[in-house]
Amino acid sequence: MHEMALCEGIIGIVEEEARKHSFSRVKVVFLEIGALSHAAPEAMTFCFEAVAARTVARGARLEIVETPAIAWCVACSTSIEIRHRYGPCPSCGSHQLQVTGGEEMRVKELEVD
Amino acid sequence: MSRDRIIQVERDILGKNERLAGDNRARFRADGVLAFNLVSSPGAGKTSLLVRAVVELKDSFPIGVIEGDQQTSNDAERIRATGVPAIQVNTGKGCHLDAAMVGAAYDRLPHLNGGVLFIENVGNLVCPAGFDLGEACKIVVFSTAEGEDKPLKYPDMFAASSLMLINKIDLLPVLSFDLARTIEFARRVNPQIEVLTVSARTGEGFAAFYAWIRKQSEKMKPVDMATAG
Repeated sequence: MHEMALCEGIIGIVEEEARKHSFSRVKVVFLEIGALSHAAPEAMTFCFEAVAARTVARGARLEIVETPAIAWCVACSTSIEIRHRYGPCPSCGSHQLQVTGGEEMRVKELEVD
Repeated sequence: MSRDRIIQVERDILGKNERLAGDNRARFRADGVLAFNLVSSPGAGKTSLLVRAVVELKDSFPIGVIEGDQQTSNDAERIRATGVPAIQVNTGKGCHLDAAMVGAAYDRLPHLNGGVLFIENVGNLVCPAGFDLGEACKIVVFSTAEGEDKPLKYPDMFAASSLMLINKIDLLPVLSFDLARTIEFARRVNPQIEVLTVSARTGEGFAAFYAWIRKQSEKMKPVDMATAG
């Protein structure tokens, strides 16, 4: 389950920020997870608790904002929201789509004290 | 009074892996090494395919192999038996190779200048899609013994790959595998994906695969000349 590795990545970022901004406890970690990204939000929440134990993020809550999957339809020359990577375009039915959004996995901000 | 405060971070979760993958990519480019990341589900035939390819290509240019598996060094041993250097990476509980593992394994390989590095990822159609290793491109190996709709079930991997090698094509007469449907599904997910059919057992289709590798190496040449100054 690669969500474990992703959560280790989050903890790495939180620990670097803790050194930079001198905080000792994180209350909330705000994430932005794209609908087409490699992370399942439920699995992230599950793994985060395990990975965060004994770190500055122990007991912190994960707040996940899911961002929509956006693609450029070559046939319509327009940006559309898609449900899956394999489309099709809701207006013309084409599969000639270039994904332009929804793949991001970012730590947006931290609530700390 | 609360001392809570908000810190703006705006950092990619995979940022560290992406930095390390960038380092790997720069090293491969400086050495003139063309690196391929081979991905598939377990049992699609990646290792058998590599064994044939390295035997048939090793007199043309230097070749190295990095083998990723959770346990055992069986695959690296199969490659080494051909006389080609191979490093086994055991990921333990990990379900994918990452850029740090590949960088460390590359250090342990002999110089491959002007050659090809094959990285055989852990057999898994999910996790390896998200982890850039610094490769020139991903090759997804898919076998005729699998379901035609796998590109739709595991779209991230097919979207991330430049070439789909359909292996075990020699089994086609005894299976009810619909080749055209598979290719159509893969192109729904990735309209640009190239497709070749091969049999690691009989060698069918490998000439076209080698021609594809040579085409990739020609794409790399202007960069070589630029770095060589």
